[in-house]
Amino acid sequence: MTLVDERETVEKEEVNPRLERRARRQESWRGFFHAAPAYVYLTLFFVLPLLIIFVFSFASRSNTGKPLLENWNLDSWARLADPLVRTIAVRSLTMAIANTVLCLLIAYPFAYWIATRARQRTRTLLLIAVLIPFWSNFLVRTYAWRMLLDSDGYITQLGQLTGLWERMLFTQPAVFIGLVYGYLPFMVLPLYAALERMDWSLVEAGRDLYASGSKAFRRITLPLSKPGIIAGSILVFIPSLGAYVTPDILGGAKTNLLGNLIVTQFQAARNWPFGSAISGAILIVMLVATMIYFRTGGRTI
Amino acid sequence: MKRIFALLAVMALVVTACGSEGTTETTEAAGGSGTTEAPAEGIQAVANACADGATDGGPLNLYNWAEYIPTGALAEDAELDDLLAKFEEEHGEKVTQTIFNSNEDMLAQIDAGASYDVIVPSDYMVVTMRDADLLVELNRAAIPNLDANIAELFSDPGYDPGNRFSAPYQWGTTGIGFSYDAIDDTDGVSWAVLFDPEAAAPNAGFISLLDDTRETLGSALKYLGYSLNTLNTDEVDEAADLIASTNEWIAAFNSGSYWGLLTDGEFTVSQGWNGDFLAEFDRISEYDEDGNLTYDGYEDFGYAIPIEGSAAWVDTMAIPTTAEHPCTAQTFINFILDAENGGTLTNFNYYASPNEAATEYIYEEILEWDAIYPPPETMAILEFFLDLGDMNNYYADAFTRAKG
Amino acid sequence: MTTLHQGAAAGTRVDRSLTVFGWLVFAFLYLPIVVVVVFSFSGSESVGRWGGFSLRWYDQMLGSEQLMNSLENSVVVALISTAVATVLGTAAALSLDRYRRWVGRGAFDGLLYLPIIIPDVTMAVMLLLWFTSTGVIPLGRGSITLAHIAFNISFVAIVVRARLAHMDPAMEDAAADLYANRWQAFRRVTLPLIMPGVLGGALLALTLSLDDVVITSFVQGPGSTTLPVYVFGLIRRTVTPVINAVSTLMIVVSMVLVLASLTLQNRTGRKTDSKETDQ
Repeated sequence: MTLVDERETVEKEEVNPRLERRARRQESWRGFFHAAPAYVYLTLFFVLPLLIIFVFSFASRSNTGKPLLENWNLDSWARLADPLVRTIAVRSLTMAIANTVLCLLIAYPFAYWIATRARQRTRTLLLIAVLIPFWSNFLVRTYAWRMLLDSDGYITQLGQLTGLWERMLFTQPAVFIGLVYGYLPFMVLPLYAALERMDWSLVEAGRDLYASGSKAFRRITLPLSKPGIIAGSILVFIPSLGAYVTPDILGGAKTNLLGNLIVTQFQAARNWPFGSAISGAILIVMLVATMIYFRTGGRTI
Repeated sequence: MKRIFALLAVMALVVTACGSEGTTETTEAAGGSGTTEAPAEGIQAVANACADGATDGGPLNLYNWAEYIPTGALAEDAELDDLLAKFEEEHGEKVTQTIFNSNEDMLAQIDAGASYDVIVPSDYMVVTMRDADLLVELNRAAIPNLDANIAELFSDPGYDPGNRFSAPYQWGTTGIGFSYDAIDDTDGVSWAVLFDPEAAAPNAGFISLLDDTRETLGSALKYLGYSLNTLNTDEVDEAADLIASTNEWIAAFNSGSYWGLLTDGEFTVSQGWNGDFLAEFDRISEYDEDGNLTYDGYEDFGYAIPIEGSAAWVDTMAIPTTAEHPCTAQTFINFILDAENGGTLTNFNYYASPNEAATEYIYEEILEWDAIYPPPETMAILEFFLDLGDMNNYYADAFTRAKG
Repeated sequence: MTTLHQGAAAGTRVDRSLTVFGWLVFAFLYLPIVVVVVFSFSGSESVGRWGGFSLRWYDQMLGSEQLMNSLENSVVVALISTAVATVLGTAAALSLDRYRRWVGRGAFDGLLYLPIIIPDVTMAVMLLLWFTSTGVIPLGRGSITLAHIAFNISFVAIVVRARLAHMDPAMEDAAADLYANRWQAFRRVTLPLIMPGVLGGALLALTLSLDDVVITSFVQGPGSTTLPVYVFGLIRRTVTPVINAVSTLMIVVSMVLVLASLTLQNRTGRKTDSKETDQ
């Protein structure tokens, strides 16, 4: 992008200011024109619905659960302090963080292996091999674990044989396994991309300066791969926080996370305003976290 | 046969007793709209103008519980008429069925504006939906079987006087289905096996409860000795806390697939509905080529109504105001209320029929079956659900707390 | 590509443990998928037990009208939403990358990130509320398509933007110098250069649309269910081996998509990648 900047400074010295202004206005109009369709679409189908959620979160609750657009109140927001919400929020946060950490611990050596130890041709094959589960339907992958973890499943039988566990399905560990499995590829790919793009001559330089293998890794590779770590962590953490399908299929409606809590408000719990408030709250937290990330110099994915 | 009449006599007592309570409750809850006016002029006018047997386009969108109506592979296996296909043959309109697992889920969808032509709400839900102006008043001229075939007992129920907004579909009971490995006998079964830590301990990790606000709270209330329609917030809280305490030994909350999971071995003790269990135990029974029984599902599994009492309920057919084909809907309801179809229905889902004319088409063994047509002493400990008016939300919140 | 550090002699132990670990992870990734595929050919009625080779579940799958209907819905929704989202998303990416100053640019940049950080459930809920309150669009295939476009635009925009960042803007200037007007410059120069990005974005959008469960299940109407939502319902009701057959089908589709994407990227990418400077 430096090319463009250079050109601009050169032109500034030579061109008529009036033409300059007109060119700028044209550029402004063209930029807007390109963005307009998406802008309009997102305003209609994203911004406005978002506003509706906030509006409904202040509404009162009818007998059937639908919001009554009268008697505006802060009840739903006050309910966020409920011990129930706190328990579920803590559980969701713990699971999301644990999930992210575990995915990172598994994905990093794995991505490192593909990026550094495999030859060019094998690397493409290995990548394809990683992409296939990634591109497979999330539901199918979660269902596969449902099969492996039920009473007839191999994992359960293995546990019974070794005496380590009696049953796996409908337990919290089951949900956790499902989450790790579901989101592992999201961690592998950014890590691989970051490691592949790295300048390995820096590591060589470090070795030349008598750094041991592990020191070179800690001081050079690890910090340089940080963008990949952060990108992968975001890609895993955010969906894990709002997970709904995995706890539903593997948790037996017992391990309730924030996603399940929200959905329940719109069904059995008959409390749409409260569901809206929780959704709004999560979104605000995400927004704040993302803004902090960008402010502290994070780069785009 | 004699049993049936004795049973009906007792039920008459039970239902009408609840009935009078119910009417007072609803007039209060509805607050002025005691004689509910027919809603949404447009669709009501259409429904009122429908002739008997008329259809106004399709496909008919049926919103129903799982495996409640014989169709597809299951109907084939049971060698019974596929009622949805039969309707299409006789009236020329296709039927598309969507499944829901709880009244509240169905309510949320209808409330959100989803368009279904026929829904199958339970008794108490009819009250809620009627009060929220979500139901179309039924046009009797278009549903002659409603007056002709329904047993007297169900023709003026408390939850919907005169069956103005709903037509009875099936009725049944809630209880405990179990493997004989877990519980010895169908006699003397208690809710304690679900709620008491000591009684539940042998089966810990293999127990399931229904994922249903009224049903699960109801069974807890019954275990504690209260009515399952109580308006006392302390009692409801006690029940919710009881359910919350079961978290250690409950495997799952499940309303939609527990019967299969029971026979698969995932659960050994499950709270559930009689028909679901009994139909499943029959389904896993095996017969050889000559039709002789080689494996009897009923040897390994049983169903019992706990001694503390339980719920009896009536499921109904109704037409929501979001329906697109009210005439076809009314014709469908009439079709289901036909004597032979009513018999097929019960023979398939093993629930008791409110359709008197269907009696001659129902298998003898089902009519004689205590678990489906309970004897008077059992009916005495069964309670019907009532609408709770303003307490509905309290129950809902209590259950969310209990599950969380 | 700079030469990679091949591993000094002292690192062979690390090498071997990395390799072992790598294969273990692959085993972990593939075990469930393999089990599902294998058991889709099992004749037993019990999901996890082997009952001899049989194609009955594929039979049942193809014969199930509801299943085929949901498959049709999935494909139609995916194709339409991908097409629209790709066009809108590419235009959006261009607007941000090529034009640095226009009214509302900053807000637009931020707006594009929202659909990515928002949790699925929140988006599902707000779209449901939106469709039912305005009442203009009934819940059905239309509402599902509109919902999918809404989240896909951002993903396409990000992928195309990443590609645009690598593109040398001098190309367009060169075209202008050669008397090409803006449209010609776009069609003949820019578009081919960013095509791998556009295709990548389109492929991503297609996958996300086919994959979606939560948002679709909230905004669907009767009869308009998509394949994953239908399977989700099946899993919650009765776990029968038909689900294995359907899953295998979906896995095969993904494999095809992956191979297609890689072939496309390789073919179009190779032409332009040679221009990129090495790190």
